[in-house]
Amino acid sequence: MDLLKIFSKNNTNSKTVAKERLKLVLINDRADISPKFIEMLKSDITRVVSEYMVIDEEGFDIKLTRTKRESDDAPIPALVANIPIVKVKEKNIK
Amino acid sequence: MGKVIVITSGKGGVGKTTTTANIGTGLAMLGNKVVVLDADIGLRNLDVVMGLENRIVYDLVDVVEKNCRLKQGLIKDKRYDSLYLLPAAQTKDKNAVKPEQMLELTHELREEFDFVLIDSPAGIEQGFQNAIVGADEAVIVTTPEISAVRDADRVIGLLEAKGLHNPKLIINRIRPDMVKKGDMMNIDDMIDILAIDLLGVVPDDEAIVISTNKGEPVVTDEKAMSGKAYQNICRRILGEEVELLNFDSEEGKFSRIMKILFGK
Repeated sequence: MDLLKIFSKNNTNSKTVAKERLKLVLINDRADISPKFIEMLKSDITRVVSEYMVIDEEGFDIKLTRTKRESDDAPIPALVANIPIVKVKEKNIK
Repeated sequence: MGKVIVITSGKGGVGKTTTTANIGTGLAMLGNKVVVLDADIGLRNLDVVMGLENRIVYDLVDVVEKNCRLKQGLIKDKRYDSLYLLPAAQTKDKNAVKPEQMLELTHELREEFDFVLIDSPAGIEQGFQNAIVGADEAVIVTTPEISAVRDADRVIGLLEAKGLHNPKLIINRIRPDMVKKGDMMNIDDMIDILAIDLLGVVPDDEAIVISTNKGEPVVTDEKAMSGKAYQNICRRILGEEVELLNFDSEEGKFSRIMKILFGK
């Protein structure tokens, strides 16, 4: 396998590029929501969550996607946020 | 009471018509009474793919405008007695048929047939709306390209809005060699992005070009990989559980030798 890699032109294969570009374009297509809107949502969520825990803002990922509703398997749009937690601010909880 | 299935894609040129012809023929081969309906008014093509272009007398517009009886508009297939084609009109425009007329037509057809397959035009305008109005189920055809998958996603949303839930996906023209190299999106990538159920995968196959040249759907070709793929799709439509084809057996000698030498 390594031998084959030497002969291939570059390391990032074009399908990964296609998939990432497609995912980005679909965010807007699906919800008719601008990247600016997502940024605003992201900063608001960061502000609220930060009151309770320290989060890794670099690793914060938020996207609009589609998922299947558990009750009947119907596809529904979903807001998926991946917020890595550094630590919980325990003293804030009374 | 038969089932009405629309075959659609958004993007043009991904293989809707070929898919319709092959599923229609395949279902008839398995003993079902099938009608394939070309809803692409002005750009008629299902007739040539089926090899029935010389038998057309009346068309879809004649039928809905009642210039002829429904039975007169239906063209019997060359090979299978239980397979019929209702061709699109070639000289009229897309607005020649109204959604109410299409709805009435599909109601009439489902009384007579086990399956009514509608070949939708590309796009999302009136012709597309007409094609989906009477459908119970939808099959989305896509190819492993950004543009086709994007349009498929859009169409899934539009179908959902019209109450056509859980459309099934056919991935057409996949090239196992390119997928292997990481230069083409694979099945999982597309399922992951579109979040719908997979009905089947059809490989890019020269046999399709050849069979279309002859006007004989490839599903009738026992030896063709794509024909086998369409047969499996038909069996899945009938409720059978059929595993996906393993395209690896088709790979070239070189990669097979590499596999032996390097274990992967």
